[in-house]
Amino acid sequence: MNEEIIIAGFGGQGVLSMGKILAYSGVMQDMEVSWMPSYGPEMRGGTANVTVILSDSRISSPILKMYDTAIILNQQSMDKFEKYLKPGGLLLYDGNGITRHPERKDINVFRVDAAEEASKMQSSKTFNMIVLGAYLKIRPIVSMENVMNGLKKSLPERHHHMLPLNKAAIERGLEIVQEVQVVG
Amino acid sequence: MVVLQAESEIASINMVYGGAGCGKKVMTSSSSPGVSLMQEGITYLAGAELPCVVVNVVRGGPGLGTIQPAQSDYFQAVKGGGHGDYKLIVLAPSSVQEMADFVELAFDLAFKYRNPAMILSDGMIGQMMEKVEMKPFTPRWTDEEITKMHPWATTGKPASRERNIITSVELDANAFERFNHKLQAKYKQIEENEVRSEMFECEDADYLLVAYGSSARICQKAVQILRAKGIKVGLLRPITLFPFPTKEIQALLGHVKGILSVELSAGQMVEDVRLAVEGKVKVEHFGRLGGVVHSPEEVVEAMESKIIGG
Repeated sequence: MNEEIIIAGFGGQGVLSMGKILAYSGVMQDMEVSWMPSYGPEMRGGTANVTVILSDSRISSPILKMYDTAIILNQQSMDKFEKYLKPGGLLLYDGNGITRHPERKDINVFRVDAAEEASKMQSSKTFNMIVLGAYLKIRPIVSMENVMNGLKKSLPERHHHMLPLNKAAIERGLEIVQEVQVVG
Repeated sequence: MVVLQAESEIASINMVYGGAGCGKKVMTSSSSPGVSLMQEGITYLAGAELPCVVVNVVRGGPGLGTIQPAQSDYFQAVKGGGHGDYKLIVLAPSSVQEMADFVELAFDLAFKYRNPAMILSDGMIGQMMEKVEMKPFTPRWTDEEITKMHPWATTGKPASRERNIITSVELDANAFERFNHKLQAKYKQIEENEVRSEMFECEDADYLLVAYGSSARICQKAVQILRAKGIKVGLLRPITLFPFPTKEIQALLGHVKGILSVELSAGQMVEDVRLAVEGKVKVEHFGRLGGVVHSPEEVVEAMESKIIGG
């Protein structure tokens, strides 16, 4: 197993922390992991992205050009990363604010309306965990138990009372993810 | 451990000089421009034969430059940086695990040879997160241990011996030439004993990538891509940049037909690769500049156009 993921969106959406929780979940499951943030000028107010790799074997380059999975959380990221998916790869996106939907016919496309769901849950901070839940529904590469262990590890202890809410958000994501296009 | 925030890089490196003179394990770290400021102190440490560790997490230059990754401080780290005929022991980690492990290794080597050691990292290895297994904690040396292990250290003069003087000044040219020869003999000994490198798929390689640090990680992926295309490519990763794995490269020249040196620079390490190869096969350089990081695919393309097809 070797899963190469780009998570991209706006700064403040929890892109980097979602990647971190996913990476920690991989550590809990005894996988090799790498977490490589983009920290260029685009970090200041613009787009933020992180490359996460989960693998059964030693990871070579933590910086990639082509990905197995792209988790896209705004239009700029859609424009930038749709073309860098490997054929047969997975594109998961949040429909909020998307004006141009994915166009490629050789990739699997799923949609999760996480921003909308987060506002229904009356907690905008659950947004990234709803997305994570949606991803884990499509690619169950780490067990829920290890995700919760990873979450515990990456959240500072003073925020541990938020664990049940985060778990609920992940579970909500598992339920609401929609299949748009599956090519196998 | 004591962590001290100094008022400047110049203050930091001179605090390191003071602490090292007392036989303590002292280290400092910065990113490129800060390490340039430290160069005077570093040559004084080398001249006074003091062990210490300096970490440079390299960013794009010249000047204030950018905060993004680069490997363009190779010359500064390996060829001098400060004035005078001196060498640093230079270690190049290519994972977060090695970032942790090499601190101990750098101190071991620095004390073994009474010489400053540098960990030459970059903004990619410095920013990323990976799994790290920490070694068990080792307690700080006691004053008694330091006096016993490092009789040169200025730990307070007992009646039983002469004063220990730590200095890099010597105004008698003949005496200073003798001292310089002693330093050169030490560097030679380091070259003979301390070369470290790692090879990936080199045994049957027709072509070779040479890369350290973050570029070595990227090149490892490039090797996988090229091998999948049926091209036999290997990677030699220098772990020590001084001493440089010259003999290790030479040993591959029986079957290697061309070498691409990959570095986030305009071509610095490539000079040492060419010195090792002595014109026997073609050696070219590839690297993005100014904070741009090359992708494995770009390395593949450079290998194909500059070496295999070139």
